[in-house]
Amino acid sequence: MSESWDVVIVGAGIVGAACALECAKRGMRTAVVEANFIGGGATAAGMGHIVVMDDSPAQLALTHYSQTLWQELSKALPEDVEYEACGTLWVAADEEEMQEVQRKRDVYASAGVATEILDGPGLADAEPQLRTPLAGALLVRSDAVLYPPCAAGFLMREAQRLGVQLYRRKVHSAHSGQIRLDDATQLNSKQIIIASGADACELVPGLPIKKRKGHLVITDRYPQFIRHQLVELGYLKSAHSSTTDSVAFNVQPRKTGQLLIGSSRQYGAEDAEVNPQILSAMTERAQWYLPKIGELSAIRVWTGFRAATPDKLPLIGPWPEDDSLFLATGHEGLGITTSLGTAQLLVDYFEGAATAISCEPYLPGRFARSVIRA
Amino acid sequence: MPKPASLRLLVNDRPVNVASGTTVASAILLAGIPTRRSVTGQPRGPLCGMGICFECQATINGTMHQRTCQVFCTEGMEVRTP
Amino acid sequence: MTERFDILVVGAGPAGIAAAVTAVASRKKVGLVDDNPVAGGQIWRAGAAQPVAALAWFERLAASSVARLQGWRVFDSPSQGVLRAEGNDGCRDLVYNQLVMATGARERFLPFPGWTLPNVMGAGGLDAMVRGGLPIAGKRVVVAGTGPLLLAVAAHLAKKGAKIVAICEQAPLHRFVPFCASLLGEPAKTKQGIEYALSTFGSKIHTGCWPVAANGDEMLQSVTLRRREKQWEVPCDYLACGFHLVPNLELPALMKCRIDNGFVAVDDLRQTSIAGIFCAGEPTGIGGVEMALLEGEIAGLAAAGKVVEAKRMARRRKRGLGFVRALSTVTELDPRLKQLATDKTLVCRCEDVSYGRLREHACWREAKLHTRCGMGPCQGRVCGPATEFLFGWKMDSTWSTIRPPLYPVLVSSLGDPDKLEFKSDSLALAGAQDQKEIQ
Repeated sequence: MSESWDVVIVGAGIVGAACALECAKRGMRTAVVEANFIGGGATAAGMGHIVVMDDSPAQLALTHYSQTLWQELSKALPEDVEYEACGTLWVAADEEEMQEVQRKRDVYASAGVATEILDGPGLADAEPQLRTPLAGALLVRSDAVLYPPCAAGFLMREAQRLGVQLYRRKVHSAHSGQIRLDDATQLNSKQIIIASGADACELVPGLPIKKRKGHLVITDRYPQFIRHQLVELGYLKSAHSSTTDSVAFNVQPRKTGQLLIGSSRQYGAEDAEVNPQILSAMTERAQWYLPKIGELSAIRVWTGFRAATPDKLPLIGPWPEDDSLFLATGHEGLGITTSLGTAQLLVDYFEGAATAISCEPYLPGRFARSVIRA
Repeated sequence: MPKPASLRLLVNDRPVNVASGTTVASAILLAGIPTRRSVTGQPRGPLCGMGICFECQATINGTMHQRTCQVFCTEGMEVRTP
Repeated sequence: MTERFDILVVGAGPAGIAAAVTAVASRKKVGLVDDNPVAGGQIWRAGAAQPVAALAWFERLAASSVARLQGWRVFDSPSQGVLRAEGNDGCRDLVYNQLVMATGARERFLPFPGWTLPNVMGAGGLDAMVRGGLPIAGKRVVVAGTGPLLLAVAAHLAKKGAKIVAICEQAPLHRFVPFCASLLGEPAKTKQGIEYALSTFGSKIHTGCWPVAANGDEMLQSVTLRRREKQWEVPCDYLACGFHLVPNLELPALMKCRIDNGFVAVDDLRQTSIAGIFCAGEPTGIGGVEMALLEGEIAGLAAAGKVVEAKRMARRRKRGLGFVRALSTVTELDPRLKQLATDKTLVCRCEDVSYGRLREHACWREAKLHTRCGMGPCQGRVCGPATEFLFGWKMDSTWSTIRPPLYPVLVSSLGDPDKLEFKSDSLALAGAQDQKEIQ
């Protein structure tokens, strides 16, 4: 059996779903192939933090662009997506980190992202559960949180309303304009988007993607325990490191009143088991910043795998080895945030349209030479 | 057979007298009130009686989310329900 | 804080007590850990006159050197040969050479309109509450669902002065009697038990009958029952309703023991697929007190290295009882019970997820992620067996991906017990200043 499409997307996580909707909006005949279910991979495992991050100018541009898109979409989001514009507080524990806060404020300002600096007392006022004294924090009001599986579900349903077809099958191979499914169905497509996260390497050998394991804890309901997503400034150091296992304080208030406690990063850990040492370090760090958090009831712990690239930037655009193949993967811990921006950039590229931000830094071709060498 | 000792605890500031060996969940039911409200506000009471359903959760002496069916009443205990 | 044992037994119901008492007789250091404030599990729960056999076992336990860890909840196995448990004053690591899991079973609940009203409980649930001091004298009780537990509960409640207004067994009459046979106690007394039940309750027993609705505003006021085409309303104070038992498999799954057809796979000596880990009682197949005691003894002997005695006892088990463990209780449920829930009826009580939202999904994991069903504190212990029956969703993915904590625990309990020092009202973190340098 053989069918023809303009675009076939592999993976119905939040990135694949966002791409599907954008393709459909622009009139492309689109199909999505998902082996398990919508939003079931890294999308289900992550925090759902929509956050502007400045590890690099390219990361800042993409996250800011995407965060604006989420803000525009937020009014249309149904209740189960639990979108909440609670903002982020980048917490400074001491004067050295406060200087980092100043630097960050300037960088964000240059990109047009409004922020506020809180001093120690201001921070204590905003978040009474934080330990005192702390030096202060950078408040990014435009950041938000949501529940990713339902966000992916919403985007897919909207896409399907516009005619996108969903195949619930595993992809056996995808190249040269042909996608073979595990039931021998063949789909022909001008463009194939690989949006299958850390599993993208299965279909596109040589992709510079490594799994980066994370842990999260969710608590019972404690409304107003914290009001903003709280992240320590060391988070960037942890996310930036390519080789060490690390934890960093990162706690989110969900709309339900539950708290999500993160974060951890490990390279080379391929198993999904909870690592007691990492979990312990992560929760101890959370207790350092929020002394009373130890008394809350933790309902569940889980792990997930981020798709990480060597330069911390995603792969968005054509894969030089194959004219029909495009990538939308490698988003590491920013998949939820940058899903909407990814979709825009990719579909703009299909149409040869001007992009809102430069797509150069994310082009997969930047790794092609190293792949050929290998 | 000696009569069971009686003790007094407070459920939402109201005194309740129970026999020693009474669980907090039973004391709350004796007070005629639900142990908790569900996430959409429905009144709930204990279901399983053995610590797996979490419908009996209430605050005991300031600590939230206690499984009251697995806790014995003590003299002067303060129990709170929503 | 760490404690070391030769043999650790998890669960202080009949199987666990038998295993611990038997093992300790071999001069092994034995620990018995259980999450309730007192031992006995469910069927030997304190607060009622205990059967003679139970009293004898309790006496042996009290007289033994078994280390008692009552009120401790096992939630993790942080490394090989270690279980971590949380209690009122912190956590302990329990180190063992041999492990006997006797984690018992819980009731299966099926949703129907009004089942979330206060005073609708499980059959064992109401019984547990009464044993826990709930006055029942003069109260009108409807007992419903399925299984031998219903008669046992009705008999106990009646003894405490309850007015049993109806006993509704969903199984048809011809299956009712063998049903009674399996959990009422010693086989010799089964016929006596059934006769007693019939003479006590007589016309109040209805077979092929089940509740279609629990009615009331803030609490239960009446139950609507159906039998064939006839439907009638019964005013009452409590509805004690449970549909047989499901095994507590969380700990065996965490320990990676093989689970076949919804029960822990064991050999004749109760050894699981993992060497040194044994399982006795309901998690290996629903079979009641008699079986649990015998299997506990076998596991205790085997764990203590008394293989010859264990084998002898295993042969006795095969010969003596004549009851076969029910390997699936789901098939005994009338399929019409799947139609009781309407789209508005809640199935997941922790997250208030309705039947109508759930039936849009194809499997347990998808439903869980998209509706939050099973993500609440009970972690699917109530809604899992219900959805398994209602939708045929297999729970295999649950067992293969189970993660700690097995129960909700304090966030502080997720830390390393050796590093944290507990003070009366706050936590002092060892080396807190160093924490920020973690890289």
